[in-house]
Amino acid sequence: MNPVNCPECEAQIDLEATTEVGEIIVCPDCGVDLEVTALDPAAVQLAPMEQEDWGE
Amino acid sequence: MQKRYHIGVLYSRMRVEEKWIFGAMEKRGIDYDRLDDREVSFDLEAPEPWLSYDAVLERSISYTSGLYSLRMLNTLGVPTVNKASVAEICGDKLVTSAVLAKAGVPQPHVVTAFTPEAALAAIEAFGYPVVLKPVVGSWGRLLAKVNDRDAAEAVLEHKATLGSVQHSVFYIQEYIHKPGRDIRAIVIGDRVITAIYRKSEHWITNTARGGEGELCPITPEIEALCLKATAAVGGGVLAVDLVEHPDKGMLVNEINHTMEFHTAQPVSSVDIANEIVNYTVEMAKKGKE
Repeated sequence: MNPVNCPECEAQIDLEATTEVGEIIVCPDCGVDLEVTALDPAAVQLAPMEQEDWGE
Repeated sequence: MQKRYHIGVLYSRMRVEEKWIFGAMEKRGIDYDRLDDREVSFDLEAPEPWLSYDAVLERSISYTSGLYSLRMLNTLGVPTVNKASVAEICGDKLVTSAVLAKAGVPQPHVVTAFTPEAALAAIEAFGYPVVLKPVVGSWGRLLAKVNDRDAAEAVLEHKATLGSVQHSVFYIQEYIHKPGRDIRAIVIGDRVITAIYRKSEHWITNTARGGEGELCPITPEIEALCLKATAAVGGGVLAVDLVEHPDKGMLVNEINHTMEFHTAQPVSSVDIANEIVNYTVEMAKKGKE
């Protein structure tokens, strides 16, 4: 289960069992990108904002 | 047998593609390290940690840090996927266009200029609409469809005033009345492993911008065009974006060297992540020979 709260909108997010540290997840409520920084207990922070030379 | 090779995967954020790649590495029991590009450093007097890798797969989101990492690694003699020389070409739309033109690969008409005045003259000669693109950048960001002279003057002034110096490299491309879709083909080495249509009502069909994926059959034409295009830029693990021009037929629009495949993998059921891992191991093997 591993619940965390979105730092942007405070929605509760239940991390999946296969979630890994460093993974990027999307808040189902506000859509912001979050980086998983810890699992036990779970913690997330806002993922870095897009920069000019980012992309594929 | 895979354990003979030590592989590094350089990445910025664990997107779903990286998760699939790491999963494929683990499934095959490959000895690999996750190298977060926010934490790595290169010491020119002590490069040993990097020399321990038989190959490095580069998945940085930042073009700049990815490119410099590849340059460092290739200078040290570490094989990389992709090679620095390939990233240099594919990361810059203008260089890509020039290389494709030299190789005779069909592509949209492109003109470049370095001042707003010269760009405006070039656009007027082209006729409207045209598309202005940044030479570096992705996900369909900062593309401008310019419908008339008023818009051209405004966009050129904004780019020259507000953008970095690189935004004054004006990349002007003909606007293509494509059939509401483009094609993304995934090429690994000398094989086109899958292709999808990216559909959108919007003129920007990038799936990062909401375009939807659908399986596209790999016709002999698509295969030949993709292999010619990827050979021209130096080959490797590449995504070729194709557009269907109503008069000129199939054209190569751009080539991505650290492609995302979050849509292509589920739509095609092709294990692209595993194919990338295979190719990286092959490069490690070749480097040892």
